[in-house]
Amino acid sequence: MTTMTDPPQESFRLSMLLNDTRYRSYTFQFIALIVLISSIAFLMSNLFSNLAAAGLNISYQFLGSPAGYDINQTLVEYTSQSTNARAALVGILNTLLVAFLACVTATVFGVIAGVLRLSNNWLVSKLMSFYVEIFRNIPVLIWIIIIFTIMIAVLPGPRAFRGDDPAASMVLNAVAFTNRGVYIPAPVWGPGSLVVVATFILSVIGVFAYRRYATNLLYATGRLLPMGWPSLAILFVPTLLVYFIMGMPIGLDYPALKGFNFSGGIKVGGPLIALWFALSIYTGAFIAENVRAGIQAISKGQSEAAGALGLRPGRIMNLVVLPQALRVIIPPLISQYLNITKNSSLAIAVGYADVTATLGGITLNQTGRAIECVLLLMLFYLTISLSISAIMNVYNNSVKLKER
Amino acid sequence: MKKSVFFGALTVAGLAAGVAAAGTLDDVKARGKLNCGVTTGLVGFAAPDANGEWNGFDVSVCRAVAAAVLGDASAVEFVPTTGKTRFTALASGEIDMLARNTTWTFSRDVDLKFTFVGVNYYDGQGFMVPKELGVSSAKDLDGATVCIQTGTTTELNLADFFRSNNISYEPVPIETNAEAQQQYLAGACDVYTTDASGLAATRATFEAPGDHVLLPEIISKEPLGPLVRHGDNEWGDVVRWTLNALITAEELGVTSANISEMAAGTNNPEINRLLGTEGTLGEMLGVDADWAMKAISAGGNYGEIFEKNIGESTPIGLARGLNAQWTDGGLIYSPPFR
Repeated sequence: MTTMTDPPQESFRLSMLLNDTRYRSYTFQFIALIVLISSIAFLMSNLFSNLAAAGLNISYQFLGSPAGYDINQTLVEYTSQSTNARAALVGILNTLLVAFLACVTATVFGVIAGVLRLSNNWLVSKLMSFYVEIFRNIPVLIWIIIIFTIMIAVLPGPRAFRGDDPAASMVLNAVAFTNRGVYIPAPVWGPGSLVVVATFILSVIGVFAYRRYATNLLYATGRLLPMGWPSLAILFVPTLLVYFIMGMPIGLDYPALKGFNFSGGIKVGGPLIALWFALSIYTGAFIAENVRAGIQAISKGQSEAAGALGLRPGRIMNLVVLPQALRVIIPPLISQYLNITKNSSLAIAVGYADVTATLGGITLNQTGRAIECVLLLMLFYLTISLSISAIMNVYNNSVKLKER
Repeated sequence: MKKSVFFGALTVAGLAAGVAAAGTLDDVKARGKLNCGVTTGLVGFAAPDANGEWNGFDVSVCRAVAAAVLGDASAVEFVPTTGKTRFTALASGEIDMLARNTTWTFSRDVDLKFTFVGVNYYDGQGFMVPKELGVSSAKDLDGATVCIQTGTTTELNLADFFRSNNISYEPVPIETNAEAQQQYLAGACDVYTTDASGLAATRATFEAPGDHVLLPEIISKEPLGPLVRHGDNEWGDVVRWTLNALITAEELGVTSANISEMAAGTNNPEINRLLGTEGTLGEMLGVDADWAMKAISAGGNYGEIFEKNIGESTPIGLARGLNAQWTDGGLIYSPPFR
């Protein structure tokens, strides 16, 4: 026999923190928080007292003092008299360069391999699964070293280009493949070259305008304008015309053998190539699997329906399957981009001057400021990774299924 | 409940022990093993042989210290360190001493808080080039690609040398000696630079050492020596005087061949003090009376160690040069044992 009455307004008692299920979880979370904070505080105070006992103090003054060492690949001006902070900046830019290049090529490799792996052609699909399994299952550091070793062993040194009957010669008299890197011609900007560049930029905008116009025309009237050759024509014809009218203001500076090395032209260093290639081909294998998973997540009915409408297989893939598959592909793709950025810290294995090699390597070593340098490195990689995540999340929001 | 209290107490005790580290000398004695940091492999200075036994000039210093402290030259745990990891390993206490052709510099001594106990090899940075390049002076190296082992004073000396001579170069920083060697031989760099002794040791391992020349310029002073952490002077003294014992032994003519005979007592009081038959030097140092005798027996005196590992009879073939005893016009000099 129970009577249903409103429970009396209970006043809060301390024991309710443990006995009352409404408060119990808060109690435990609070205890856990206290334990966490105090253990971190203990570790930090331990660190600082040990540092003080060893006579070391945290100081970032070394960033302002001259670095004293040279770096072989610098995107900004740098000499051995520049500061350690400048050396770190050189390293950061080198890291971003190789990460950007590798992200682009890894995506290209990954999409091609992922699509081809689903090919009906037995040989093609088996070749692609071979690529994925081989590259995915061997550590990236080993790939970096293998590719670099093969490069320096197979390609000739600059010395081989010397003499009347050289053992090696330049491709088209313009590009030199050596075991120190690839030398390509560099553009020389003469007077009036700005006009040519401006024309080219306008042409690019023109191409987009034309394509938008053609699409709108197609939707509005059903008239199909050709896309391929007019785009190419808009892109190149005006630029070439202006180039010749202006009297060919842009020249090329060809690399030439001088002293120990090639000089002139642009040098793409061997370490950069090895690192770039290894990172893209390794991560490309993972991206291929993401792409395959994304495509297979689209129900077969979609492509069958598109086929029933008369679309050709290429168009089914581009217009129906891939746009839907992107929803599945993008989130894991973000983590692959993060992996590339973080794996680029293996650069030191081949002597590429990324931020781990400058700030976390030579600077750390010469100043002995290990804790400071490592903290800065952590901060840098964290910032970069979170930024990549944020940018890719914006893109993901734009392609994900719009629910109305 | 009791268990957790026990573990808690254990943790606190462990942390306390970690913070208030006792003297390194006591630690080493308690452990029964000396943790000695060496290179990852530089033939002649420190490299494992076919049986995995570490051998070399720097290794002999470790063995002598182990023999002096523990009475057993084999009670050494060799910890291979790279140019980058060596200082952290020493500062963190992972190793008790570092004998890894490390240059004694102001900032390492003062800023990084290490104590260099002496110099066991006077070196200088040199250049090695293939003979076919026809280069006879480092000043001809304008525009060359230079392989450097990263994490050393070498990078800074190199930058200074090229800057002061107003010539350009392209550095290729390499993590270890082995990789640098591979790149140099493949022609990915024109020049390999490191300490002249290291160059000689590296060249000795080439298939055709005669095809490579060392340039005459020595662009820096590189006094190499063993080092310990700042602030543990007793331990620093043990390592310092073990090194001095090896040097003094050569000066006084004490060799591994005649040491047992001399330990019985001689007419020279300094030898007697050194070998512990007279005076209480060992007791002052906190080790056995015959510590120096054990240290010298481990691998011979300084001269014997030099000849056996890097001397002219070995493939490395370094002359004594600056590293001769002061009595022979060199710089090797030990304070007196008294």
